[in-house]
Amino acid sequence: MKNTPEPNAGYAARDRAWHPPALHPPYKTSVLRSPSAPLLSLPTSLGEETGPVFGQAMLGDMDHDLVHNYAEPGESAIGPRIIVHGRVTDEAGRPVPNALLEVWQANAGGRYRHKKEGYLAPLDPNFGGCGRVLTDEQGFYEFRTIQPGAYPWPNGGNDWRPAHIHFSIFGDAFAQRLITQMYFEGDPLIPLCPIVGAIPHKDAVQSLIAELDMTRTVPMDARAWRFDIVLRGKRQTLFENRLEGL
Amino acid sequence: MTRRYPMLKETPSQTAGPYVHIGMNPNVTGIHGVYEADLGAAMKTGAVHGEEITITGTVTDGMGSILKDVVLEIWQADADGLFNTPGETRGAADPEFSGWGRAAADLQTGEYRFDTVKPGRVPWRDGRLQAPHISVWIVARGINIGLHTRLYFDDEGEANAEDPVLMRIEHQHRVPTLIAQKTGDGAYRFDIRLQGENETIFFDM
Repeated sequence: MKNTPEPNAGYAARDRAWHPPALHPPYKTSVLRSPSAPLLSLPTSLGEETGPVFGQAMLGDMDHDLVHNYAEPGESAIGPRIIVHGRVTDEAGRPVPNALLEVWQANAGGRYRHKKEGYLAPLDPNFGGCGRVLTDEQGFYEFRTIQPGAYPWPNGGNDWRPAHIHFSIFGDAFAQRLITQMYFEGDPLIPLCPIVGAIPHKDAVQSLIAELDMTRTVPMDARAWRFDIVLRGKRQTLFENRLEGL
Repeated sequence: MTRRYPMLKETPSQTAGPYVHIGMNPNVTGIHGVYEADLGAAMKTGAVHGEEITITGTVTDGMGSILKDVVLEIWQADADGLFNTPGETRGAADPEFSGWGRAAADLQTGEYRFDTVKPGRVPWRDGRLQAPHISVWIVARGINIGLHTRLYFDDEGEANAEDPVLMRIEHQHRVPTLIAQKTGDGAYRFDIRLQGENETIFFDM
């Protein structure tokens, strides 16, 4: 009872007014790294609508436990123990199962384990700062880590990054590829940050702020923060009573 | 009766930052033992179909400086034009070729390198064949949202001339920014310019 649809309506275009623009002068590095010509808009084709798929077999048992995955046996990373969890859906609210999330972050003192990092806060010998997890059939994910610290960075004279965790997310399609950062509810540095400030709409900023979730907190062990992620969805075209792509 | 479905907003992008390697190529920055190998470092798991090629290049900023902290990902069809993914319905792709690669630029020189295969032709939305090409995604400190571009090959002149995407480009003098130059047997060079003179074409696809 439905009309013959296009074989594939493709992915809906990104709302570029919702994302940070390439050029945001208060974030100084963006000035020379932002294209000056407009992006060329085209509909998606097979190469954009497909993407690599990862399986559980590729993951190690400790990949989703940053408290322990770099620690010596019997040791653990220093810092407030937390659980980060949430759901990955597309823009129509459909869960995205089997999505690979890669995360990285500073240690509890705000120091990254990286060759190019020189902040005077100490490294934690038991903390590497990377982890990864796949979403389950309903799009849910969870990993354990320690709460990262805020840190200063050379942008303006006295800029500090709010505490954050970087996320790299794979959906089903290369067109959905996304990198973002998760912030923590109540952090007073969020509104001061030039990188956060590149996001034009306050509701968009809000969607990057994880909320304390006491229902998932493990008593006497770890607090929980909830961070839901929305990936690009397929274009929806109305055919009879249902939307294509749903 | 038509139901209205609430649409959610996509999670906004944020820069990958200078320490992107910790999460995406930890072995590059000296974090060993968490992951056996960096994801996407090897695209081939055995003997592959087709021509094996290397792609090298740099990414430069608006002043011509080479980015040393950039990470690139590529996604492409195999030599027969098939994608190694469950969404591929036209046939079975080469099982020894992932089609997806990730490379951090060398932290000292800024040079990146992919060891891959020359892709076959893939149809555009209307069935016309596209020229062999590779989708490229670029992230780094200072890039607020990952940049999508395409790599074509300079020894595919005939296919390039009828490629539906290249034909759609209004400023045809910019097309060469998408074309990798053959520098030797199976070796191609693809330099990306983020801004300014000969700025690479980036897509919103």
